[in-house]
Amino acid sequence: MSTREGTELLRLDGVRKSFGDNVVLRDVDLAIEPGQCVVLIGASGSGKSTLLRCVNLLEVVDDGVITFDGRDITDPRVDGDEVRSRMGMVFQAYNLFPHLDVVGNVTLALRLVHGVGADEARTRGLAMLDRVGLAEKADARPDDLSGGQQQRVAIARALVANPRLMLLDEVTSALDPELVGEVLDLLTELKGEGVTMLLNTHEMGFARDVADQVCFLHDGRIHEQGRPEQVLGDPQQERTRAFLSRIRA
Amino acid sequence: MADQVADAAPEAEAWRPSPVQRERDEWRRRRTLRSAVIAAGSTLLLLGAIGGAVVSSPGWDRVQETYFSWDKAVSSFPAVLDGLWLNIRVMVVCWLLILVLSLTVAVVRTLRGPVAFPLRLLGTAYVDVFRGLPLLLVIFLLGFGGPALSLQGLPTSPLFWGGSALVLSYSAYVAEVFRAGIESVHPSQRLAGRSLGLSYGQTLRHVVLPQAWRRVIPPLMNDLVSLQKDSGLIAVLGVSDAIRKAQIETALDFNYTPYVVAGVLFCCLTIPMARLTDRYARKKGYHGAGGHL
Repeated sequence: MSTREGTELLRLDGVRKSFGDNVVLRDVDLAIEPGQCVVLIGASGSGKSTLLRCVNLLEVVDDGVITFDGRDITDPRVDGDEVRSRMGMVFQAYNLFPHLDVVGNVTLALRLVHGVGADEARTRGLAMLDRVGLAEKADARPDDLSGGQQQRVAIARALVANPRLMLLDEVTSALDPELVGEVLDLLTELKGEGVTMLLNTHEMGFARDVADQVCFLHDGRIHEQGRPEQVLGDPQQERTRAFLSRIRA
Repeated sequence: MADQVADAAPEAEAWRPSPVQRERDEWRRRRTLRSAVIAAGSTLLLLGAIGGAVVSSPGWDRVQETYFSWDKAVSSFPAVLDGLWLNIRVMVVCWLLILVLSLTVAVVRTLRGPVAFPLRLLGTAYVDVFRGLPLLLVIFLLGFGGPALSLQGLPTSPLFWGGSALVLSYSAYVAEVFRAGIESVHPSQRLAGRSLGLSYGQTLRHVVLPQAWRRVIPPLMNDLVSLQKDSGLIAVLGVSDAIRKAQIETALDFNYTPYVVAGVLFCCLTIPMARLTDRYARKKGYHGAGGHL
């Protein structure tokens, strides 16, 4: 890999994670530089979501080291809440809080975690909602929004505190096809603004357009990684070819 | 140029933690040990302080003689234990009846449609009235008023009428627990059931209730624990349960130790039940992915 030692924002070394006897990740290495967009691809159950959740410390790794911003965040002495406050995570099923209105969802962490006053939090929340094109929905409830709108709110919620890294877990998988575009367009814009992203998706067109690096996961390992035109256009590994031909069929 | 990872030979599953992981595990182990030591130490300190304050109070000698007399505890124990056996039987029988009655009321209250209106009204009125009445009042009313009715075929024993009061009062509460559970099952489950051609009743029986049941077990256990001790209230009707027996023992020499004995025995019933509830709730609750959060 062409990554220079020490410049990465995020680095995984030999990460292993299992649930009971089921080993989901075995010996995963990965590095992301600031401003990069890294896309994980692979079949269901290949460990893509688990990898994101381990980076967000939503799961405790069995072994290996994850370095974020120059610090080993897998060390048990590290304050996981503080680490998570510097990352943004977006889930497949949005996971918005149904008891809060849209701006309440977006400003919750600003107020509780980042110590921003109510007025300033609202101002920043509204600005962020404007940024994702939903300013007029600020006082609506999440349940009253379409899936695409809900997912854009979730992205705004993750983004509002200026995280160093965005983790996006299958963010378009639950959306109707005609709503996928609005979310992917937003992600493309964020990439243009220099937001560092680690995401997994089944949208190969998006991966080809936006990714700096594509990683193919199989059986808990990164089997192939490189530039999107190479991994997606001219895969070297038999398993990658088989996976790509299956999803294109 | 792409990096490529050659297909590794099937991994021998003999995975050994790396040194850094072993160091982390060691740290977590020490941390757990330290937490346990701190917990034990602070508990002892607190209990010691409370105990010391009580024992060093000026009236402690008399209190000890009146409430914690070992000889009196031993002499009254068989009678109180015998009374407790009645409490246990009352509790078991009442609990089964409560489950049946409350589930019926809960289901009736969730019925839709104009035909069921009188039933719904009846169910609502029952729950409103019996949740509003203090349990002791219901026991007095039924316990003394019931036998006075001299109804054909119904026993006049205070045990029967006291038990009925417990069942009627508790069923109103438990019915609301069941109803909350039924209504917490997402409407999409009902839709999915009906779309398969299941009737309303079949959907309720095979789709909604099994899910509702799992959710309400912790609050149901809570009500069961509560019933265990409230079964002692029927003592006011003269039924010789643990509390009544303790009262009789106390009346012999005005030593209140039998009440303490009864209290300890009730706790011996309810505390294991409470731990069982906790364990069950934990088993049914959050586990698997993200369980440490």
